[in-house]
Amino acid sequence: MRWLEYIVFLALVIGLVKPVGLYLARVFERQPTFLDRALCPVETSLYRVFRIWPEREMSAAVYIVCFILFTVLGTILSFAVLFLQAWLPGGPHDRYLTTPMTFDLAVNTAVSFATTTTWQAYGGESTLRYLAQVIGLVAQNFLAGAAGLAVGIAFIRGLARQRSATIGNFWVDLVRATLWVLLPLSLIGSCALVWQGVPLNLAPYTEAHTLEGQLQSIAQGPVAALEFIKNLGTNGGGFFNANGAHPYANPTPLTNFLGLLAIAVLPASLTFTFGFWTNRRRSGWVLLGVMVIIFTIGLAVCDLAEKSAPSNLNELNVSGGNMEGKELRFGVGGSVLATVVTSNGATGSYNSMIDSYKPVGVIVPLMNMLLGEVVFGGLGTGLQSMVMLALVGVLLGGLMVGRTPEYLGKAINPSEAKLLALYALATPFVVLILSSWALSTEMGRPGLVTNTGPHALSEVVFAYASNMANNGITMAGLNANSVFYNVTTALAMLAGRFGLVALALALAGRFAAQSRRPTTLGTLPSDTVVFGVLVLGTIVLVGALSFLPALVLGPIMELLQS
Amino acid sequence: MNDSHQSSDPNQTLADTSGGSATKPFIVTLREQLWPALASVLVLTLAAGGIFPLALFALAKPLFPSQSSGSLLTREGVVVGSELIGQNFTGPGYFHPRPSAAGAGYDAASSGGTNLGPSNPKLKDGATDNPKTAGVDESFAGIRQSTEEYRKHNGVPPDVAVPIDAVTRSGSGLDPHISPANAALQIARVSRARGLSTEVVRSLVARHTQGRQLGFLGEPRVAVLPLNLELDRTAPLLNRASPQSASRPESR
Repeated sequence: MRWLEYIVFLALVIGLVKPVGLYLARVFERQPTFLDRALCPVETSLYRVFRIWPEREMSAAVYIVCFILFTVLGTILSFAVLFLQAWLPGGPHDRYLTTPMTFDLAVNTAVSFATTTTWQAYGGESTLRYLAQVIGLVAQNFLAGAAGLAVGIAFIRGLARQRSATIGNFWVDLVRATLWVLLPLSLIGSCALVWQGVPLNLAPYTEAHTLEGQLQSIAQGPVAALEFIKNLGTNGGGFFNANGAHPYANPTPLTNFLGLLAIAVLPASLTFTFGFWTNRRRSGWVLLGVMVIIFTIGLAVCDLAEKSAPSNLNELNVSGGNMEGKELRFGVGGSVLATVVTSNGATGSYNSMIDSYKPVGVIVPLMNMLLGEVVFGGLGTGLQSMVMLALVGVLLGGLMVGRTPEYLGKAINPSEAKLLALYALATPFVVLILSSWALSTEMGRPGLVTNTGPHALSEVVFAYASNMANNGITMAGLNANSVFYNVTTALAMLAGRFGLVALALALAGRFAAQSRRPTTLGTLPSDTVVFGVLVLGTIVLVGALSFLPALVLGPIMELLQS
Repeated sequence: MNDSHQSSDPNQTLADTSGGSATKPFIVTLREQLWPALASVLVLTLAAGGIFPLALFALAKPLFPSQSSGSLLTREGVVVGSELIGQNFTGPGYFHPRPSAAGAGYDAASSGGTNLGPSNPKLKDGATDNPKTAGVDESFAGIRQSTEEYRKHNGVPPDVAVPIDAVTRSGSGLDPHISPANAALQIARVSRARGLSTEVVRSLVARHTQGRQLGFLGEPRVAVLPLNLELDRTAPLLNRASPQSASRPESR
């Protein structure tokens, strides 16, 4: 039954790739869609307010500046909302807000939402007021998600164009991503969530009189407004502390399944948009194929680990899977699927506690993030990561046969190769340096309040991997709400968002300016199984070489000890 | 802003090959893009953080009034809990939920799991209260203690396996469900305490058992609170707690 759920999920994602990919292509080429009658007037008036001219395109450098400026201003606005939430009316009584919104926590949360990381150092129902959730967080889910999609689209344009100095207009891509993609889908998706039981109210926390005569305070709020867009925008920060595990956030197996589809479908579909625009559809399908293979391997390994209880429980004669930290309605299947999808999809909306996974079960999400979330990935940024690693593969392949490496007729000259090298080194550099800093000083170690030994090391590496990848899933045993972690994780988020996007767009700008080289006998074809294997090998090699020592000291050592 | 003025700008053509703004100094670009950035952040925040939630409220609240207010269950006009949120049961006449790590147990204003790794001895063997730290209760029932308790309460012999959901804490600490196997092992105890035949209780359990959604999603499960509510209706306990004696669970 678990495998049926996995297979149906993959089949739906793959089946939707073409129609959704075509729709995205139409939206961002400003071709007619069925939503135009309602949205075009809104779009036009928005451009007037922004004082922009939609036909006027930008160079990669200006595009990057706009993206960073937008993200920084968004961070400042949501920081203000979060830090000043005490003055917002309504919402839970102060006695429930036991985790205060401190200055560093507000900075961390604002950065994390503006970068789609949505790392939860805050406590949800024990930190935030309703209006702070809606104005500060729901809005940022849309804005940051749309900005990510815009960047991904501009990146594809760079590879698709020839002799062009520009890669699109950031403001146009942003507006169209919001109006044509995120808002309509979220409205439908959120209604479906309410139907399944996700609350949508501004009521104070309910005081229930339980059957055994106790009082139970039940957190309420406009939960449904956040819970769909958090997945669709590949953000992931939940309304409640327990995020997707909370029965109000994720009440049924169906809401879980819909949420996971919302994470995966748009990023997966960009592979088709990519093939469509570059006029090499098979190359797009090859990338999707590589994604599906890595996805399936991760799923199988994680499932194998979690389907049985830890072996040290055998003497107690208990039956069933590793259910510590998992919800019964999802079971092992729905939990493992969510962990694999969210860790691949730059979305922090875990529905089970990864800290309580077995070592092999932890390796899978950790590796997914360390490889740069190439499987589906973040909205827009996922395809970008995948193509960047494919380019590294092309570079290595080209070096081996001694020809100028090229992909889709675009040559990788020394300056392009430098950008690629920086991109490939950024994640190991940031994650490993920050992890070592945290583990080797008295600043980082006090956060290890729950677990010790190799498992604790995994928690720290996991935290920085998650933030660098702008993912936000967490091994929550690490108490990351301290000045040290709030600052260093925010640094990792910024490096992951601005650093990687800037490198990728700079490369896209260079490719856009090139003309397409003719295909010759010496060209490495990018639409074959061999090419897929090359990309797969590159991904594994880059990941394994950089992170094997960290994995050995963390989950692998824990595995050997148990 | 005047559109016709902008359209006369020579740099705006689609295939702008002159390099256009790329050659401008950084500070000029920054100044040019500051207003679009400021306006888009403010306007889109208004749209996504204001208009979107309002539209959703207008659409979903009338369609799904019960769900939107939290799927609350009432008895004699008193809210007894939510269909979706687990609550604690300890008495022999009730089906017991999974152990909980939310606050002091089923604290629905403080969700969360244990986050204990499988290699952490505390998870299996528990922890005792440290007498040196007054005011803080470190005691923690590990899976071993929970399993022993479960076997004792429900008369489960050592050679019969205990369903793991009965002795592990969920991710939210608010799991409203138990597995059918877990419920089945509790039927004898509940029927004895209620003076009901096991057949009656078994049929009540069956009525509150949900299968996999759409036939393949998630796991079969028993909703504990609705089941216990119906048990109270079918065969009330003599010493049922009255709402007046309601008390807050101790510290959290």
